[in-house]
Amino acid sequence: MIFRFFFKVGALIFNLFFIIGAVSRFFLEIIFTGFAPPFYLKEIMKQLYRVGYTSLPVVGLTAFFTGGALALQIFEGGSRFNAESVVPSIVAIGMVRELGPVLGGLMVAGRVSAAMAAEIGTMKVTEQLDALKTLSIEPVKYLVFPRVVASAISLPILVSVGNTIGIMGGLFVGTTRLGFDSQLYLLNTLEFLTIDDFTSSLVKATFFGTIIAIMGCFNGFYSKRGAEGVGRATTAAVVSSSILILASNYFLTEWLFKP
Amino acid sequence: MNPPVIQAQGLSKRFVNNEVFNDINLSVNKGKSLAIIGGSGQGKSVLLKCLVGLMQPDTGKILFDGEPLQGKHIQKFFDSFGIVFQGAALFDSIPVWENISFKFKYSGTHSIKARRKIASQKLDLVGLPSSNLDLYPSELSGGMQKRVGIARAIATEPKILFFDEPTSGLDPITSNTINNLIRFIIKELGSTAITISHDLNSIRTIADDIVLLHKRKIEWSGSIDTFEKTKNINIREFIKPSST
Repeated sequence: MIFRFFFKVGALIFNLFFIIGAVSRFFLEIIFTGFAPPFYLKEIMKQLYRVGYTSLPVVGLTAFFTGGALALQIFEGGSRFNAESVVPSIVAIGMVRELGPVLGGLMVAGRVSAAMAAEIGTMKVTEQLDALKTLSIEPVKYLVFPRVVASAISLPILVSVGNTIGIMGGLFVGTTRLGFDSQLYLLNTLEFLTIDDFTSSLVKATFFGTIIAIMGCFNGFYSKRGAEGVGRATTAAVVSSSILILASNYFLTEWLFKP
Repeated sequence: MNPPVIQAQGLSKRFVNNEVFNDINLSVNKGKSLAIIGGSGQGKSVLLKCLVGLMQPDTGKILFDGEPLQGKHIQKFFDSFGIVFQGAALFDSIPVWENISFKFKYSGTHSIKARRKIASQKLDLVGLPSSNLDLYPSELSGGMQKRVGIARAIATEPKILFFDEPTSGLDPITSNTINNLIRFIIKELGSTAITISHDLNSIRTIADDIVLLHKRKIEWSGSIDTFEKTKNINIREFIKPSST
């Protein structure tokens, strides 16, 4: 009984290290193959459109409603200490430092990471990856590197737009529901935000974008045969990228805002 | 006799505890068509993947034009063969003409117009009208996808052609058409061919020589004529179902 328990724990730890090793190796392969010519610029542009432009409505809507809800919550909480006036500054800091990058990252992870895993996984099970190799095209270089670059570029842009929309969500709720003056609200917002807030947002977003693409592509690349294998890869891509976003967000916050 | 174009010497492959094949030796002379046959799970597709460099054998070596596949010779080999995959393996996201001329897409040597022209010529050679050039693979039937797959494989007019189960999933009439097309293409291009199949009609139409893969080894090898007459029990088993 005890032996079986230790065996299972050991197997679990072994699997964890095996996956960490495999992802690290995959990442190194992306770096080594991707930064050597030829460069597939058209593929990068195509992925920029797919990852960036098409994710804009989802990220925008999420940010708008989150900004609005945040304003309501802070107003309600602040009223307990007669501190309703902090709504604009807290909404702005909360959106830019935390909610913008994290929620934006999670929304894009759900959309893009799953799509990447499904697309590459299907290519694998239908032998399209093998076909690429026989046509002298390195699949990691042709399929993965453009997605990682596009994702790392798109996410900071998406998050910046999302942050702005989130603040506007707070402004909308603040002025229509909470009685704030719009000019005063914006002045308060701008007064409290610093360059560091924006920088941290962009750093986090770039990091999350890279995680999303790597986990999506990794799970697609190593998906097992058949439709079930692709389904599992898609789920694993979303779960792993979401967990990594949340975990790395903590460590990035520690690093960027040392208490 | 023509010299061998591709040779496998002492190939072995194992996945963890499962030995796929052991000590495989085969040789295909220039202009000849070899069929590798065998039941399901005998390692035919793994052998093909080793032959084209998609998998590394555990032991043994592969010679192309008498030289082992290593260093710059590997790229020369990759530029010298075309392969038709079991499910055609066409790229879903690009139209037929780009699929066929994909090898030239990033070579920087061919304009879009030149690539379309090559695609149109090859499509014509496999018996499809050029009105299909701008269609996407999902808009084609299984037989048409196989033809486009063949067109892609012959786009560079390769010295060697590999076919992995070329008629799997096709109805008998389409299978016959594909078999005849493959025979025609091999003759037209003067290519050497290696076909993986367990379709007897394919073998009879395409192959000059046959090897039978059985229990991880080459059980039998010979010409198509001796194949029909041999008393090897596994070959007889292989032939029997279709002759009854």
